[in-house]
Amino acid sequence: MDEHALDIKKHVRIYITVFVALLALTLITVAVSYLHLPKVPAIALALLIATVKGSLVACYFMHLISERKLIFIVLIFTGIFFTGLLLLPYFTEMDVVGR
Amino acid sequence: MQLPYAATARPDTGVTNGKLGTWLFLASEVMLFGALFATYIILRVGATHWPHGAELLNVPLATINTAVLITSSVTMVMAWASCAQRSLGRFRLYMGLTILLGAVFLVIKYFEYAAKIHHHLYPRTNTFLAIYFTLTGLHAFHVFGGMVLNAYFWGPGVRLWRENPEWFTHRVEHAGLFWHFVDLVWIFLFPTLYLL
Repeated sequence: MDEHALDIKKHVRIYITVFVALLALTLITVAVSYLHLPKVPAIALALLIATVKGSLVACYFMHLISERKLIFIVLIFTGIFFTGLLLLPYFTEMDVVGR
Repeated sequence: MQLPYAATARPDTGVTNGKLGTWLFLASEVMLFGALFATYIILRVGATHWPHGAELLNVPLATINTAVLITSSVTMVMAWASCAQRSLGRFRLYMGLTILLGAVFLVIKYFEYAAKIHHHLYPRTNTFLAIYFTLTGLHAFHVFGGMVLNAYFWGPGVRLWRENPEWFTHRVEHAGLFWHFVDLVWIFLFPTLYLL
């Protein structure tokens, strides 16, 4: 039990670090938006920061960093179908079917 | 009542049934929000004019709301850690804070919506506002749903703690997975709608 409690204490320290990182990244993403960068780098940078923030939440708050294999299998399939969904606008624009 | 593999991991999957179920549900949620993100891209790419989020929306309020939701994710994970450390008092404190921060988020969102309506900016006004109201509205419903779930564990759900604290801790972890997912969706909604 003591070892378990120590483990949780270590977790709590990590949560606080992640919390500070998430707040800092939020401020950075807002600050960057005021620089009025050209469209493509602005979108790329905003999505990059959001991905880093999302990964921090998923890895540490949702415990993916120490999750079992089966959950990752579920997530791999989710990732494949999600990518498919996001490619639909591309196929629409390219009109790959109608051409 | 004792459900199979609710408090202990199933040997073949390595996880509790509840955790696997929660992740499968979140996978379906990814598809729901994914479809709407794809819709956003189609609308934006096809539009002759697309406003910068800051022209129509309140960036400072949304920044505060982002911080509120991130803070609520920390209090949620602390609520779970308190369960794991077998401290019901601290669990109640952190879970209560999580519910409160969810309410703060929704109140700020209400003021944002009210300002839009006041300026006659409706979903029908343009496609940007249509997708803005759809995405943020659906997200707000999720925040509310998460608050109801968390309130259950804060209140009547606590009786499971007295019978089976291990099971209760797992259930709080699963409620946390949903809450963090809602936070994660907002992390992408915020720059997409307000900053680009």
